[in-house]
Amino acid sequence: MTAVTARRPARDRIRPASVVTFLVMVIVTAAVLLPIAIIVFTAFKPIPEVNAYPPTLVPTEWTLDNLARIFTELPLARLLLNSVIFAGGVTLCALVFDSLAAYALARIDFRGRTVLLVAIIASLMIPFQATLVPVYQLVADLGWINTYQGLIAPRAADAFGIFLLRQFFLALPRDLDNAARIDGAGELRVFRSIVLPNVVPALMTLGVFTFVNNWNDLLWPLVFTTQAQMGTVTSGLTLLTGPGGIIPYGVMMAGSLIAVVPLAIAFLLVQRRFIDNIATTGLK
Amino acid sequence: MTATTPRAYRPPAPIGGRPGARAERRRTLTAFAFLAPALAILSVFVAWPMLSALQLSFTDASGFGTAEWVGLDNYVRVFADPDIRDAMLNTLWYTVLFTPTAVLSALALALVLNSPSLPFRGFFRTALFLPFIVSLAVGAFAWSYLLDPRLGLLNYWLQGAGVQLGDVLEDPVLAMPAVALVAVWKNFGFYMVIFLAGLQDVPASLYEAARMDGAGAWRRFTNVTVPMLSNTFAFVLIFALIAALQTFDQIYVMTGGGPYGHTQTIVMEIYQSGFRKLELGFASALSYVLLIATLLLSIVQFVFFGRREKDLA
Repeated sequence: MTAVTARRPARDRIRPASVVTFLVMVIVTAAVLLPIAIIVFTAFKPIPEVNAYPPTLVPTEWTLDNLARIFTELPLARLLLNSVIFAGGVTLCALVFDSLAAYALARIDFRGRTVLLVAIIASLMIPFQATLVPVYQLVADLGWINTYQGLIAPRAADAFGIFLLRQFFLALPRDLDNAARIDGAGELRVFRSIVLPNVVPALMTLGVFTFVNNWNDLLWPLVFTTQAQMGTVTSGLTLLTGPGGIIPYGVMMAGSLIAVVPLAIAFLLVQRRFIDNIATTGLK
Repeated sequence: MTATTPRAYRPPAPIGGRPGARAERRRTLTAFAFLAPALAILSVFVAWPMLSALQLSFTDASGFGTAEWVGLDNYVRVFADPDIRDAMLNTLWYTVLFTPTAVLSALALALVLNSPSLPFRGFFRTALFLPFIVSLAVGAFAWSYLLDPRLGLLNYWLQGAGVQLGDVLEDPVLAMPAVALVAVWKNFGFYMVIFLAGLQDVPASLYEAARMDGAGAWRRFTNVTVPMLSNTFAFVLIFALIAALQTFDQIYVMTGGGPYGHTQTIVMEIYQSGFRKLELGFASALSYVLLIATLLLSIVQFVFFGRREKDLA
């Protein structure tokens, strides 16, 4: 017993092992941030300096030329708007439709619920790449290639979102909505004014997650848009690479920076809650 | 598993009345009204295309003219065509490179971040998670630049350390590790926060008890952390395996499948045969191979998911 109390708490001592751990973490983090740093620094670096040997990380001279030039190489303002409409539209539709469906599956007792739930869980396992060809045909038959509805509609509901929100709805106490029902509230009222306000953090997390995934997706806009005007920021930037890619790295990195900044701002604003939720709710 | 809800709302049976068949019909109607938009989208854009892809995979559909029934020809080609076989082997090799690296680095960093004695934990966590919000395409641009044989900073630094990488993305051996590295860089932070959540679910009392019994740090890790984290580990592992099977974006940007097909993967093949060469039937057969592989992994994942849920309940 005396031995235990005599020992000083570990955190009061600075052990060599924890100093090493800390230094390793600093190095690992620096390495992980290097590609992001190269995007930011190169975006502001004059072209001659980008092409000079030996290469440098931080510009000796800062310029806005690359950022100006990317807007002439690509219809970037339009692409940004497309990205906002596409990712925002998918997020909004999916949040509404997923939460409605999840509510029925979690809070209403009806015939066929189990069958539907199993079907939705099963569709969760289908990768979108596997149905891309027939979905493309369908969207083409509707005349929706190069349209916003063609990009958004196939993703307007999402099995993962339904499943995730259902888990949240199940965790809410029953007394909440039963009391409202006894007071004569209809299901839509219960859903809107009692259940939804209680899962705002979950909706936010799912929303940010959906938005980021769609903003960043490459294959989807590549398939459903053929005109440069209708692409997203992510798919538009890839037009500048590939064979005969004569675009200087400075301009490429300026475009990359513009593609990342909106997400980075949104993420840094909600990051603590977002990381906690993505981790704990992503699986529960 | 998760399919049943034991305590769903069921209004009390009316006193002295029949057991409310009308009320049940009403509830069913209400439920389907709530479900209608999502079910419509999922049937039209997931369920139907799945059946349609199956049907297409037995034809020579090309997007023009009428499609002829060709039986199993497309599937025979999937397994006989040396290019496709190479693409499958490449996907497998990519999976072997990506999955253990991403999962184990995520686990190691989560374990370090979980120790309360580490200063600036919040900063490290945010910084390490940051690549997850960068798209694979943009990550691929940045890494292509870093690895550029003449202008790349990473190449230059490695040369300083005596390592001659050359043109990594044109190198038949190094191109695949390079594209796998980009995906590891993007995704490990996501896996890491899942591990962190799993670690935080381990009751502190277990560690206390182990300490009382005289278990050292390593014994506490093997006898408490490892068993308590095994389901999370399995979940993340399969998550990463599925992501590896579906890899496309950074390969499209960095190598386009080259050099000489050395980074060509299944989804790259689906994209090229379906949307470049318009061999829709063949692309559908390839899609089904991908679908079945993913399905098998997902079923395993759901078994663990169910177990994990039971543990939490």
